[in-house]
Amino acid sequence: MALNLDAKIPSGPVEQKWQKAKFEMKLVNPANKRKYTVIVVGSGLAGGAAAASLGELGYNVKCFCFQDSPRRAHSIAAQGGINAAKNYQNDGDSVYRLFYDTVKGGDFRAREANVYRLAEVSVDIIDQCVAQGVPFAREYGGVLANRSFGGAQVSRTFYARGQTGQQLLLGCYQALERQVDAGRVKMFYRHEMLDLVVVDGRARGIITRDMVTGAIDCHVADAVCLATGGYGNVFYLSTNAKGSNATAIWRAYKKGAGFANPCFTQIHPTCIPQSGDYQSKLTLMSESLRNDGRIWVPKTKNDTRDPNTITEGERDYYLERRYPAFGNLCPRDIASRAAKVACDEGYGVGPGGRGVYLDFSESIGRLGQNTIAERYGNLFEIYERITGEDPYKTPMRIYPAVHYTMGGLWVDYNLQSTIPGLFVLGEANFSDHGANRLGASALMQGLADGYFVIPYTMGNYLAGVKPGGVDETHGEFRGAREEVEQRTKKLLSIKGKKTVDDLHRELGKVMWEDCGMGRTAQGLEHALERIPEIREEFWKNVNVPGSGTELNQSLERAGRVADFLELG
Amino acid sequence: MKIILNIWRQRDAKSAGKMVRYEVPNASEHMSFLEMLDVLNEELTRKGEDPVTFEHDCREGICGCCGFMIDGVPHGPQRGTTVCQLHMRHYKDGDELWLEPFRAKAFPVLKDLMVDRSAFDRVIAAGGFISVNTGSAPDGNALPVVKKCSDMAMDAAACIGCGACVASCPNASASLFVSAKISHLGLLPQGQAERDRRAMRMVMKMTEEGFGYCTNTGECEAVCPKGIKIENIARMHRDYLKSAFTYREESQAGGAG
Repeated sequence: MALNLDAKIPSGPVEQKWQKAKFEMKLVNPANKRKYTVIVVGSGLAGGAAAASLGELGYNVKCFCFQDSPRRAHSIAAQGGINAAKNYQNDGDSVYRLFYDTVKGGDFRAREANVYRLAEVSVDIIDQCVAQGVPFAREYGGVLANRSFGGAQVSRTFYARGQTGQQLLLGCYQALERQVDAGRVKMFYRHEMLDLVVVDGRARGIITRDMVTGAIDCHVADAVCLATGGYGNVFYLSTNAKGSNATAIWRAYKKGAGFANPCFTQIHPTCIPQSGDYQSKLTLMSESLRNDGRIWVPKTKNDTRDPNTITEGERDYYLERRYPAFGNLCPRDIASRAAKVACDEGYGVGPGGRGVYLDFSESIGRLGQNTIAERYGNLFEIYERITGEDPYKTPMRIYPAVHYTMGGLWVDYNLQSTIPGLFVLGEANFSDHGANRLGASALMQGLADGYFVIPYTMGNYLAGVKPGGVDETHGEFRGAREEVEQRTKKLLSIKGKKTVDDLHRELGKVMWEDCGMGRTAQGLEHALERIPEIREEFWKNVNVPGSGTELNQSLERAGRVADFLELG
Repeated sequence: MKIILNIWRQRDAKSAGKMVRYEVPNASEHMSFLEMLDVLNEELTRKGEDPVTFEHDCREGICGCCGFMIDGVPHGPQRGTTVCQLHMRHYKDGDELWLEPFRAKAFPVLKDLMVDRSAFDRVIAAGGFISVNTGSAPDGNALPVVKKCSDMAMDAAACIGCGACVASCPNASASLFVSAKISHLGLLPQGQAERDRRAMRMVMKMTEEGFGYCTNTGECEAVCPKGIKIENIARMHRDYLKSAFTYREESQAGGAG
């Protein structure tokens, strides 16, 4: 099927496009807004912000999340901060510079018009979040504090200790709950979207499974927003939450939505290395640590000495050596690849030689332990809890891990996918980060899409369609529901020998070895051979215990892994 | 190392539950507690038994999904740590542990170790927010916030809503959770306009949801994985009391104009 990829970028100079687009967009009369129903799938920064903002505008919103509360969405785990072109520090920042840095950081693969808009509304995001009560870090005079982050040469990152994602999400969640109380948003928690329903070429609803009762339900709407995050768990081990999955966007793809840039996966340089086969996930250490930590490996191969006994002259601060202008703050892709190179050459440290040191001794000496504790205390605690080592005394060991997927469903300037009425927000879409996302830009994009883009572009779409007209007895809904039920039955009927996690791990291994950092034709061909084999085995030999009419976590995982196996 | 687990198994909200004994013969000290349960579940699945249901998601101690009782203590023995971040190095070979779901009237058990904490969402919906529609905010630096207030607000805002405070409280009170939100917003200048209303509505909702009253036992503070302090409860009581004397519902006549 030929896709029509018209990005609908407004004409004119880049800095006037959004103004022009906003003015030209059609509006829905305030009295008519309540006649339209919008489904929002996902309750993270993008989905939560969209659901709250659309509710405030007066639309009927149905918001879905698979967790027990919208506050659990994985946006909550973002640590470092959120960028905004406020130039509060008088250090030469501007909307244009944030735009330029983001496009350049993404290897010029991002859509420039979208990125400019992102930079433009970044300043409004900070204002909105402050007004909601997000406790951003402050200076003694009471103004907002900033730090430089992830390769930026200006201080434009706003932060709330090492819990910026949590605080932004709670702001968003509170706004969402306010709309729930007002009756404008109906929240469906513990509901997983299992299919998209397209009627006469338009997205008109979704099929969900109630994860407590197992009931499969149809939900009808005038438009659907997917804000379901990234698919990093296709690699099995990643920094994503265990539940993060690709099912919503993959089902949409199968219904005809274009998928773009699946090859662009961000491998984050500062994660805690893997300790064993039982490992269920990898934990990120915010890259803000690179502001004060220095990365090094021993100059001799396979050096297993206590790092504190290795003298300055025997250490290779390889990032500072190779990139003197950026040093330890070079962009994520560069830092990750450099770590892999160091380990591949045999300079790695820790179990299996899969790690490099991130050392704070110099900054503790310069700034004192209290200052370091104030900046990174909670991160140091996380590290100590997981590894049993004290990073104030011994350098941290870090290694790259899958963190973010720049690829996702293709969207136009209005965040609409190739299926009319299906909008895609946040990490789930492909548009703003090109080949590599800069630090502190994911939170910015999620909130920009949810608070400041979709309220306009959704109105523009809905103004062109009549509300209602379809209900769940429509053939497309019945068919999609039937399909979901069949699929669930099939998963439960196999009762084979391998567990869902066994097969997921196998997939992850192939993905990481062959499609991770550094890819070769040979590796990719191997993956192309292996993945269909694993997929075949899955559908013949997976063991999903229990039934479909109860709370069944194995079944939930099986459905997600089945989709990863197709996406992989 | 070998770990012996006695786990509460309950099929669904309506069924009766019971303790069942399991053995994990090959736990590693580097595993997290949940990874140890993963190993058990993989084994149960292979044997054709129903794996143990427990809630978890980020496994980084921030989403607030996980949490159950280990030997009567929410999230287990290590202070300031959610169960997903608790590692097996704190246990020794042959240890026998009892795992139970959080128990409170307002947190009905859904299955095994998983409970329904949606009452927390409803308490937030009752008033745990600042009413500001998207787009109507003034410049972020227009309103200076005293650093100390901002820091204290952040301390309170660090709550992850896991429910350990409720589970540990002999009254199953949600006071620590509710007061953390009342403090977070009440300590900031942005939160002043609705401060009375917020305290009144959230406290009323907490009672309505079936949570008990606070009798200053202090168990909540001791088990909170995020170190939320009991002084927040004092602040909540102050705000509530003041609100009880001064707060009136909005005029029925509506606003001017």
